[in-house]
Amino acid sequence: MINYNKMIFELSNSERIGYSLPREKFIEFHINQLSDDLLRKQELLLPEVSELDVLRHFTNISIKNFGVENGFYPLGSCTMKYNPKINEEMAANKAFRNLHPLQPTSTTQGALEVYYNLQTYLSELSGLHEFSLSPYAGAHGELVGLMVIKAYHEDRGDFRRKKIIIPDSAHGTNPASTVVCGMNVVEIESNELGRVDLEKLKAVLNDEIAGMMLTNPNTLGIFENDICEITKLIHEAGGLMYYDGANLNALLGKVRPGDMGFDVMHINLHKTFSTPHGGGGPGSGPVGVTETLAKYLPNPRIKKLDDYYFVENSGTALGQISSYFGNYLVALRAYTYIRTLGKENLKLVGPYATLNANYISKALGTAYELPIKGYCMHEVVFNGLINKDNDVRTLDIAKRLLDFGMHAPTVYFPLLFPQAIMIEPTETESKETIDDFINVMHKIAIEAKEDPDKLKRAPTKTPIRRTDEVFAAKMMIFSYKDYLEYINNRG
Amino acid sequence: MFKYFPHTKADIESMLKTLNISSIDELFKDVPESVIFNSDYDVPSFMSESELRNHFAELSKKNQELTLFSGLGIYDHYQPAVIDALTSRQEFMTSYTPYQPEISQGTLQYIFEYQSMIQTLTGLEVSNASMYDGTTATAEACFMACAVAKRNKILISSTLNPNTVNVIKTYLKYKELEWDFIAEKDGVVDIEDLKNKLDKDVAGVVVQKPNFYGIIEDYEGFADLIKANKSLFIVNADISTLGVLKSPKEDGADIACGECQSLGMPAAFGGPSLGYLATEKTYVRKMPGRICGYTHDLEGRRAFVLTLQAREQHIRRSKANSNICSNQSLMALFATIYLSLMGKNGLEEVNNLSYQGAHYLYEKLLQTNKFTDPFKKTFLKEFTLETTIPKETIQTALLEKGIFGGIELDVFGEQYEGLINFSVTEKRTKVEIDNLVNILEGLS
Amino acid sequence: MSKLVEGLYYSKSHEWVKPLEDDVVLVGITDFAQSELGDVVFVDLPEAGYTISQEDEFGAVESVKAASDLIAPVSGEILEVNEELVGEPELLNKDPYKNWLLKVKLENTDELGSLLSSEEYEEFIK
Repeated sequence: MINYNKMIFELSNSERIGYSLPREKFIEFHINQLSDDLLRKQELLLPEVSELDVLRHFTNISIKNFGVENGFYPLGSCTMKYNPKINEEMAANKAFRNLHPLQPTSTTQGALEVYYNLQTYLSELSGLHEFSLSPYAGAHGELVGLMVIKAYHEDRGDFRRKKIIIPDSAHGTNPASTVVCGMNVVEIESNELGRVDLEKLKAVLNDEIAGMMLTNPNTLGIFENDICEITKLIHEAGGLMYYDGANLNALLGKVRPGDMGFDVMHINLHKTFSTPHGGGGPGSGPVGVTETLAKYLPNPRIKKLDDYYFVENSGTALGQISSYFGNYLVALRAYTYIRTLGKENLKLVGPYATLNANYISKALGTAYELPIKGYCMHEVVFNGLINKDNDVRTLDIAKRLLDFGMHAPTVYFPLLFPQAIMIEPTETESKETIDDFINVMHKIAIEAKEDPDKLKRAPTKTPIRRTDEVFAAKMMIFSYKDYLEYINNRG
Repeated sequence: MFKYFPHTKADIESMLKTLNISSIDELFKDVPESVIFNSDYDVPSFMSESELRNHFAELSKKNQELTLFSGLGIYDHYQPAVIDALTSRQEFMTSYTPYQPEISQGTLQYIFEYQSMIQTLTGLEVSNASMYDGTTATAEACFMACAVAKRNKILISSTLNPNTVNVIKTYLKYKELEWDFIAEKDGVVDIEDLKNKLDKDVAGVVVQKPNFYGIIEDYEGFADLIKANKSLFIVNADISTLGVLKSPKEDGADIACGECQSLGMPAAFGGPSLGYLATEKTYVRKMPGRICGYTHDLEGRRAFVLTLQAREQHIRRSKANSNICSNQSLMALFATIYLSLMGKNGLEEVNNLSYQGAHYLYEKLLQTNKFTDPFKKTFLKEFTLETTIPKETIQTALLEKGIFGGIELDVFGEQYEGLINFSVTEKRTKVEIDNLVNILEGLS
Repeated sequence: MSKLVEGLYYSKSHEWVKPLEDDVVLVGITDFAQSELGDVVFVDLPEAGYTISQEDEFGAVESVKAASDLIAPVSGEILEVNEELVGEPELLNKDPYKNWLLKVKLENTDELGSLLSSEEYEEFIK
């Protein structure tokens, strides 16, 4: 049914229903008793379908998706590791799933215990003093972490520090979060090895610097070997160090951000701690801080006293940033993952991921341009093919990979290389899978030489082929209603 | 060996050989010795699957599943079995953001369908692909209003849920924007105070319906005042109730936003759920978040893609209006399936059944003479009463019978002392409601 | 190779200025700018009657993969806006020199002196 192409609205038949609700119990009341001017007159364009219609529809569109269980998913910076089934089983537990966030804490001790213990495990694994699990996603964590930095400076009566240093290799969220937090970005150019240039860093330091955001390993998959010097420089200038946890998977088992001198960080539980990406969310972006900064963490907080877990709202907190406790069931999955691996296996995550990435780096270096030599960490960045004849671009390589049943790597990021192709094989991938990928990549390199048109046309074996993005942006058809209008106007 | 790591000894040796090194540690040579973590993590040892199940069984005993008469943004609505069966499909659950449309049509299509449903429920022209929750969606709506109006102040109705207010305040404070409150009068926002406070700095006005007390406010006249001041009207509405209540478009809203948990989502101890945000097309380029659009592939087949990405952080970086880089996609799928199953009629029935139960409970409680209604206004599934019964007495008595309801609003601030909130959904039976009334009737 | 038109004035932010008569000029974006952007899908322009000042943002051009702010190459009052671009932004890709953005009455004709000649601009984008 790969050719299935209906929208749910197109299955609609006004007499069908897909629900079963309890019968009316209190017929003396009816919603029509509400004053007419409070009620809706506007048409409601929802589908009217049977239960099986719904199941078939969503099953048929689901098979046009590529998931981690379909095949290799080497999407750089996204850490597409296996999402364990046991995590899902635990998250489906009604004793957790059906808890109202305002229930008395005496009735939620199990849920709070999971939450509290996850906070302490994340502290231990990252070397930071205290965590808040409230942020909903990585970008949300960045915003909250920057709020901590701003709150810290303002609390000291220092209102001048409003600049955040960000390397040009950083994720786009870093500068965006900075501005949303009411601060300004000072971008510094990376050196020829893709790392922070210490001289350029020194040149921008002054008493307006609030801090620096750094991803380590950086988005090129390279470890910032001057990290101790960088944190020292920032601290001496009165700033704080923010660790963007996007690439934490590389370090799990090897290095802790707190030990490198970072003061604030976020962790993407949906990357390093195996919770599913869900087609773009829900994720979770816990924020961790040093002891000095702990008082600024957002409300509400989960604390423990004499084996009793409770919710605390503190007057020193930076404020509230979510309805309640963040994406609780995502945190519960991460907790399950940590308990499944235990201290023994957590130590192997970073090393295995790094071994896999370096193996790919070595094997593909003969056909693809490796702009930065040396060992990478958990991911490797190439700048397109070495042989740039035939105008075969990174996009073509990415699209051709889809024909071979593999997901494309991240492309055109980082921005430092025009044909960037960023590959992240996680620790859950076997040597056989990686060897298959390497073979396919070499095959594509040969095709680029012998039959470049094949790449330009790719993909051809996917549910649809390349799309018309200009049409989408110009026509602005964002809903079924827009679609109907478009069809009617077209005649 | 460990079940998630396929690396055999032979694999590792062969890979190391390819790399011309003798141990994985050599790959970490760029890491200064001083920061290498050589000790054991102070976290528990690994667990087998059955140990883990036992562990969670123990933890579960420390939680108590209660009969919920509680609301305030998180409601206990019926969840059709179909939803879990579909959302747990790995194709939906484990995939990434649909940046490769050729192999992401599943995700893109349900996002388009989700947007269509939010579009029709709000009546506005365009919905984004979803936000984290109702509170952050509202805070982002405030940012959006400031960007559109090129002004820096937000007026917040005093009848907004304090959680939403707190999140808006945090967001505005750090972005160095201003806010003020519009006073409340008898449980609803005071239009006279709005008139006084609308000035040239006001970018947007935020109201909520049904409001924090459960009251369905009538915003007749608001939109005209606000538009005359060149400000934007932001309506935060419980999405489920829009199946029957006047749409934000009919209220004259420029932006609609709010929480979608009421679409049959589990309470989940507060998350994940999702927030929605919709607006008119004129403002779409200032709208935060992802948007999916309709197009075709090069063979002319129907296709969906993420579009207008030039607004977003990965392109605009420090010039983006929002830093959001995800949506609550899987929860948007949840909402889409729920709304597909319910349709227009189901949504109406859910609201009617909730209305009936809530009004039955309301009358019964007033008949006990232990509760009074300080507002005497119109409500749907949630209402607020005043009582002199000490809150500890109520809570203890209800918990003993496995009920959570009658939330004391003073947990949100002293000004709400003595007020207590009840919510009734279609799931509550007559027996449950009568039981609640009996317990409360016996208290003093 | 980007196209250039002799006799126009160019800014480093890739706008061109074409003097018409007296102190009235047309403002547009260069061929280099449109080719860097790719398929233009949206042009955001101010209304006639507004004033622009040299080096300040006055609008934006958006393609599917990029968004670029428009920076005023000169200061002055906007006499006319090319409304055609709102419906057909792709005209900027077809002929960026024919399809101007704004007609402006210059505040100070000396500002033209601060802009680049076509030779200088050609050197600049190399």
